[in-house]
Amino acid sequence: MTKVRIPPVLRTQVNGQKEVEASGATVGEIFNDLVARYPQMGEQLLSSDGGLHRFVNVYLNGQDVRYLQLLDTPVAERDALIILPAMAGGATAAGATAGGR
Amino acid sequence: MRPSPVREITPAQAQELIDKGAALLDTREPHEWRAGHLSGATLLPPAELGARVEDVVSDKTRPVVIYCAAGARSLRAAFQLAGMGYQDVYSVAGGIGRWKAEERPWELPKDTPAIATNPRYARHLVMPEVGPEGQAKLNLAKVLFIGAGGLGSPALLYLAAAGIGTIGIVDFDVVDLSNLQRQVVHTEARIGMKKTESAAMTIKALNPEVKVVQHLEMLTDDNVDRLIADYDLVIDGTDTFETRYTLNDAAVRAAIPVVHASVFRFEGQLTVFVPFEGPCYRCLYPTPPPPELAPGCSVAGVLGVVPGVMGLLQATEAIKLILNLGDPLMGRLLIWDALDGTFSEVKLRRDPMCPACGVDAIARQAEAADAAFATAS
Repeated sequence: MTKVRIPPVLRTQVNGQKEVEASGATVGEIFNDLVARYPQMGEQLLSSDGGLHRFVNVYLNGQDVRYLQLLDTPVAERDALIILPAMAGGATAAGATAGGR
Repeated sequence: MRPSPVREITPAQAQELIDKGAALLDTREPHEWRAGHLSGATLLPPAELGARVEDVVSDKTRPVVIYCAAGARSLRAAFQLAGMGYQDVYSVAGGIGRWKAEERPWELPKDTPAIATNPRYARHLVMPEVGPEGQAKLNLAKVLFIGAGGLGSPALLYLAAAGIGTIGIVDFDVVDLSNLQRQVVHTEARIGMKKTESAAMTIKALNPEVKVVQHLEMLTDDNVDRLIADYDLVIDGTDTFETRYTLNDAAVRAAIPVVHASVFRFEGQLTVFVPFEGPCYRCLYPTPPPPELAPGCSVAGVLGVVPGVMGLLQATEAIKLILNLGDPLMGRLLIWDALDGTFSEVKLRRDPMCPACGVDAIARQAEAADAAFATAS
């Protein structure tokens, strides 16, 4: 099992967990396992053609998988995966103000 | 017929004339002068040129080399001098911008003794990494804050305390009671006041030496280039995708570094975007998520100290950039988890295909600069 860190903005999709364990030999397989258990994660991570959304970055041991082998990047048991979607990151109503945070 | 007394010359030709004893004039504004000038130059802003030049160069047969930022103002000034009877006037094509690009020597205005002995900065002055020279750099620096909110509050306080010379604030909002849980630059008595004004009051109370420029407007594609143009770096405290991309693209166009942070509940993220040296925001995320997939954060909240910590880390990175100290958080994204008490880091790369700072974008920018240069000359 590989530990996958779930960003705060997606935790509601995994019952509030900060980290979930998933199995698979590649990033893609781990995501498939994740989506099988938490179906709502599917549309957040993957586009309709099965590729990684361009507004979601995934880091394997701190390295962007786009510069490795994307979803085909091999993953070992002790590796750490971090999912980081683009986030506006405001604490006020999103879009209401610029700088009002 | 006598040839025109006005000629445009290259920085190399200018250097040769200066070495032979030509008078050297800088016809820019004082704030531009403070960011660096040629050694031995006299500052004569366009509005003062006619009235003061005869005091500076009394012999009208002596060759005069004049420059500005890019060569347009100095060419106008050269014709003005010729009209006054100066016989040999040279305008530096491309101005100090081209001079610096050719890596020719220039200098900052002489350190005023007041800085070196100012007791306010005693704890900075004793550190060799800062010292009078570093403190002078801080005093000359111009930092723009996008937002005087949760991230901006602590950063504004500490950058004002550090003696940043000019602090600009872009915000059109007013202080609300719900802001005060984290926006410590404001006070309860100032509810309803413009945030820029409230922040300016706090800054002035802490350090009256700081010049505060209030920009009471919302950052948009139409005003962003004008807003950031006069600043050395930008502290990004925006909270919408739209403003993040607007700011990023303009900062890349103007090659101004952006210290970026975002917060969400108990976590914060931080990185420094230095155009063309490291990645920009679009290298990370070329496009924003569609609205239906953008996680809503209006009801998520944030622990008040989280923007406090991230804002201070932004201030720290800003000071490092200004003083050229340490390793800037460039090409690295720092993630702070307040509940775990951990900092982690991921590596960010510059994307050669980036629509803002990639190879194609640079080629487009170079063409535009060439065209502008051709028009100006």
